[in-house]
Amino acid sequence: MHDKAEPTPADDRATPRSGGTGSRHDATAPGVRTVGAGDSLPHDSAHKHVTGAAIYTDDERALDGELHLAPVLADIARGTIQAIDTTTARAVEGVVGVWTAADVPGRNDTAPVFDADPLMADERVSFFGQVVAVVAAEDLDTARRAARLVEVDATAEDPSLDLATAFERGDHLRPPHRQERGDPDAALSSAAHRLSGELVMGGQEHFYLEGQVARAVPGEDGDLWLSSSTQNPTEMQHLVARILDRDMKSITVEVRRMGGGFGGKETQSAQAACLAALVADATGRPARMRLRRHDDMVTTGKRHDFLGRWEVGFDDDGRITALVTDLVGNAGHSVDLSEGVVDRAMFHVDNCYFLPAARVSGHTVATNTVSNTAFRGFGGPQGMLVGESVIEAIARHRGLDPLEVRRRNFYAPVDRGDGRDTTHYGQQVTDNIIAGLVEEVATSADYDARRDEIAASNAQSTVLRRGIALTPVKFGIAFTVRHLNQAGALVHVYKDGSIHLNHGGTEMGQGLFVKVAQVVASELGVDVARVRVSSARTDKVPNTSPTAASAGTDLNGMAAQFAAREIRGAITTWLADRDDVDPDDVVFADDQVTVGERTLPFATVAHEAYMARVPLSSTGHYATPDIHYDRETGSGHPFFYYAYGAAVSEVVVDTLTGEMKVVAADLLHDVGRSINPAIDLGQVEGGFVQGVGWLTTEQLHWADDGRPTVTGPSTYKIPAIGDPPEHFEVRLVPDSVNLADVVYRSKAVGEPPLMLAISVWCAIKDAIASLADGAVDPPLAAPATPEAILAACDAVRADGVN
Amino acid sequence: MTTDHLPSGDPGGTPGHAHDHGSDLPADLVESTHAVSVTVNGRLRRATVPARRLLSDFLRHDLGLTGTHVGCEHGVCGCCTVLLDGAAVRACLLLAVGVDGRAVTTIEGLAAEDGTLHPVQQAFHDEHGLQCGFCTPGFVMSACDFLADNATPTRAEIREGMSGNLCRCTGYQNITAAVETAAARLAETGQDPRARCAGNDPDSGSGAVARARMGATPNEAGTTGRGPAGQGPSSTGALDDGPGDPGSAVGEGDA
Repeated sequence: MHDKAEPTPADDRATPRSGGTGSRHDATAPGVRTVGAGDSLPHDSAHKHVTGAAIYTDDERALDGELHLAPVLADIARGTIQAIDTTTARAVEGVVGVWTAADVPGRNDTAPVFDADPLMADERVSFFGQVVAVVAAEDLDTARRAARLVEVDATAEDPSLDLATAFERGDHLRPPHRQERGDPDAALSSAAHRLSGELVMGGQEHFYLEGQVARAVPGEDGDLWLSSSTQNPTEMQHLVARILDRDMKSITVEVRRMGGGFGGKETQSAQAACLAALVADATGRPARMRLRRHDDMVTTGKRHDFLGRWEVGFDDDGRITALVTDLVGNAGHSVDLSEGVVDRAMFHVDNCYFLPAARVSGHTVATNTVSNTAFRGFGGPQGMLVGESVIEAIARHRGLDPLEVRRRNFYAPVDRGDGRDTTHYGQQVTDNIIAGLVEEVATSADYDARRDEIAASNAQSTVLRRGIALTPVKFGIAFTVRHLNQAGALVHVYKDGSIHLNHGGTEMGQGLFVKVAQVVASELGVDVARVRVSSARTDKVPNTSPTAASAGTDLNGMAAQFAAREIRGAITTWLADRDDVDPDDVVFADDQVTVGERTLPFATVAHEAYMARVPLSSTGHYATPDIHYDRETGSGHPFFYYAYGAAVSEVVVDTLTGEMKVVAADLLHDVGRSINPAIDLGQVEGGFVQGVGWLTTEQLHWADDGRPTVTGPSTYKIPAIGDPPEHFEVRLVPDSVNLADVVYRSKAVGEPPLMLAISVWCAIKDAIASLADGAVDPPLAAPATPEAILAACDAVRADGVN
Repeated sequence: MTTDHLPSGDPGGTPGHAHDHGSDLPADLVESTHAVSVTVNGRLRRATVPARRLLSDFLRHDLGLTGTHVGCEHGVCGCCTVLLDGAAVRACLLLAVGVDGRAVTTIEGLAAEDGTLHPVQQAFHDEHGLQCGFCTPGFVMSACDFLADNATPTRAEIREGMSGNLCRCTGYQNITAAVETAAARLAETGQDPRARCAGNDPDSGSGAVARARMGATPNEAGTTGRGPAGQGPSSTGALDDGPGDPGSAVGEGDA
C-alpha cells in the first residue's frame, strides 16, 4: 500500500526531448544548455505546460477505491447549529460516509497561528459557506449531489458585515498594534496645513485557475501521504497531524506544482487537505477533495478589505510634518494570518515617504465573512494605498503635481545625513534608490511632456478625461514573523553526474524551481539540464516555511547554494589532495572540472568521486540575518532589505459613464542582479496586472444576509487579455545589485510589482480631478469600478461648483 | 468505463437504460447511460457514459487526457478549451453524449508523434507565455482556432480574439507575443493550425519507434497517472491499435 502511495514525481518520468524542440534559449545541441544564473531560461515546466503533460494534483490518476469528497456548506452567515441530519445523504448508493465536527479525532481547528478556524463548524456558524460536514462517495458527482441532501437545522442571527461598524463597536480579534514616532499630536497642532480623510478598499479573490485540491492516501502504521495544492506543505503536515491527533512523522505532504497560489494556498489549502486526510484515515481508502469554483470562492479567504482613516499635517511645500492613521483590516470571522497582514499594512503606509512624526495604528477586526488571508502583498498594498492617497490629497490642496509632492517627501539617502532616512518603525532605509528610479522612469516615459499634453487635451474635452500618475514602491523583504525566515535544501550528485535538487519552496508558476536550479548549476559549474528539481516533500526537507513573502528564491536559493557548495567543497578537497594541486586550482565551469592542468567532464568527476568514497549529497540551511522587531515598542529592523519600483500609468475616463481604460504603463522595477530576467519580468508584468485588477475591476459583494453574491468569473472580473494597456513597457533596473547578501545579489520579486498598479488608481484620480481643474481631491474608492468612478466624478463636479 | 465513474457500480452500463437505484432515491440521482464514439486526437474512442458526463470529465477521467484543465466549471475561464471539429469550445459546457460521432482535439493532440511541438506550443514555450501553466492548454487551443480564422492578426485582433481565456499569472504580454510569433511561424510553413503537427521525423506515425519517443505526449499513452500502471481506466489500452480491454467500456479504433 505504501509503495502505491509514494508516486514518482512527474519530473522524474519526463525524458529529454530531442529534435525540433530547440528554442532561442538552447545555446548549443538539443538538450544541452550552457547557461546558469543570470540567464533567461524558460520555466522548468514550460514544455510540459504547452503539451498538457504537467501534472496538477487533480490530474493524478485515481487509485483503486479512491473516494471523492464534497463539502456541505452553511447557508447562514451567523447562528447556531441545532442538528445535522445525514440520513438521506448516507442512503444514496455510492455514498461511503458523512463526517461532521464530532468525527474529528484530534483538534477540530486548522488555525495557523491563533485558534478558531474549525475544520468543520461545531455548533456555531460564523460565516456563510462555512463547512459543516463532508460527504465521501465513490465518485465526485454522487458526493456533490448527496451533499445537497444533508439537512442542517440552524437558527440564524443577524450577521456583522460592515467593517466600519464592527471597528467602532470594538470587535477586535487581536489587540491594536501601534507604531509611534515623535509627538504626532503636537506636530499636527502646529502644522501649517491639516487634512483628514478616509479610504475604503475592497478585498480581492485570488482566483488561482486551479482551485483548492488535495489527495490523501493511507499507508502503513497509520501514516498518510498527501498530495496537496499548497504553498505551505509543512503547515499542511502539521494541521493534518493535529486534526488526526498524530505526530508529524506520520504525515508526508508532497507538492509538485500549483496552478497559481498568490497567497491563497498558504493557509486556505488546509481545509481540503485535512478533510481528505480525515476521510482517508477513517476509511483506509485514498480520498480526494477538489472544491468546485463556487465553493472555493465562498469558503476560502481573500485579500483583506481595509478601511484607512488618516489625518496629516504638512507645510506650504507639501512636506509632511505628521501623520496619524488607523488601518483597519477586515479579518473576517477568525484571525488566520490577519495580524501579520495588518502589521504589513502598517509597515507600508509610509511607502517611500519620510514621516517626521507619526502614529500608525493597526486593527484586526472581526466580521461574519470568510476569514481573510494572505494575498500577494499581504496588507502592504492596502497600507501603501492609504499613504499614496494622503500624498494625492496634499498635492490637490497645495495645487501641486502629485509627483512633486512625492519627490519632496522621499526618504533621503543615508549619506545626506539629515535624518530623513528612517521609517516610523525605526528601520533606517540604507538601500534607498527611490529618487533615481523615479527620475529614470519619469524621463523614459516622458512624464512632464505628457502631463502638459494631457492637461491641454482635457481642456478641449468635456466628457473623456485623461489622467497620468507616477507612483513609486518600496516594499520590505522578510517574513515579519522572525522564525519563518529560514529554509532548507537537499542536493544529491549521482555517480553519473546528474543532480537531484529538493528544497522547501513550492512552485506555483513563479519560476522558483528553475531559479534555484540555476543557482545549483552555477555553483557546480554544470548545465541546468543536469539538475532535476523535485517536488517539495516534507520528508525530504522538514520544517519549511510557506513559499510566501516574496522570499522563495531568497531563502531556498541560499539554502541550495549552501548545499551545492558543500558538495563542491568535498570534491575539491579530494581532487586537490589526489592530484596534489592547490584547492584554488580546482575549477567547476562549463560542465567540466579543471584540476590544475587537467580538465575532466563533470560526470567523470562525479563517478570518480563516488569510487573514492567522497560524499556527494548534502543539505543546506539558511536563516536570514539581521531581522528583529519589538511589538511593544513598535520598532525594530523587520526587513532584510527593500525592493523598489516605479510606474507611470495613463488612463482615459468617460466622466458620464464611469468607464475607464488604461492606455499606457511604463514600469521600472528593481530585482537586484536577476537570476532569470525572463522569469522576473513575468512577475513584474503579472503582478502589475493583478494589482490593476484589485484596484479597478475586481469587486467582491455580499448580500445583506451575508451571502456572497460573487461566486465565479461570470460575476468576478479579473483582468482579461484586452485589459492591460496597449502601451506596456516593463524594464528591470539595469546593473542593480542588492546591497544585502542575498543569493547572487538578487532581490525578491513576487509581491512588490503588484503595488505599481497604484499608479493606475492615482491616474484615474488625476483624470477625475481635471473636472475641477485639479483643485478637488476626488473621493475615489477602491476598486475604481465604473460606479465608483462615476460617484467620484459627481462629487468633484459638485465640489468644484461650490 | 470503470466502476469509479458510475454511480451504480455497474462496469459496463446498459445503453439507454436507467440503473436501478431503488425506489427510495431522489429522481435526480437516477441517470441513464449512452454509448458514444468520439474521434479524439485522431483516434476513435468508444465509451459508455452517463447522460450527464461532461466532455471535460470524459476527456480527463475516462480517457486520461488530463491536459484539458477545469478552472471555473461554468464556461468563463477557458482552461478547458478543446477543438470540436476544428472549432474552439468549452469542454466544461458540453456533454460527452453531445459530441458523439464528432472529432475532438485536445492539447495532447497537437505535438507530432516524434515530439516536435506544434508551432503554437513552441511559441508559448519560447515567448515565456506561461507561468503556472494551468491556463496554458486552453490558450494554446484557442490560439489554434483563432489563427485558423485569422492567419495574420494585429495585436489588437489578438486581444480581441483571445479574450475568452483567462490567465491570472502573466499579465498577458507574453501570451500576446506568443500568438504573434505563432502566426509568423505558421505563415512560413503554411500549416493548418488546427491540425496535429507533422513533425520532423520521417518515420513519425508509423509504429513503435515513433511511439517509443513519445515522451513529449505521455498523456496520449495514458501513463501520466501517478498511481502504478493499470490502476486507472484504460491506462493500457491507448497504445493498442485494436479495441481496448474488453473489460473496459472505453474502446479504441482507427479514425
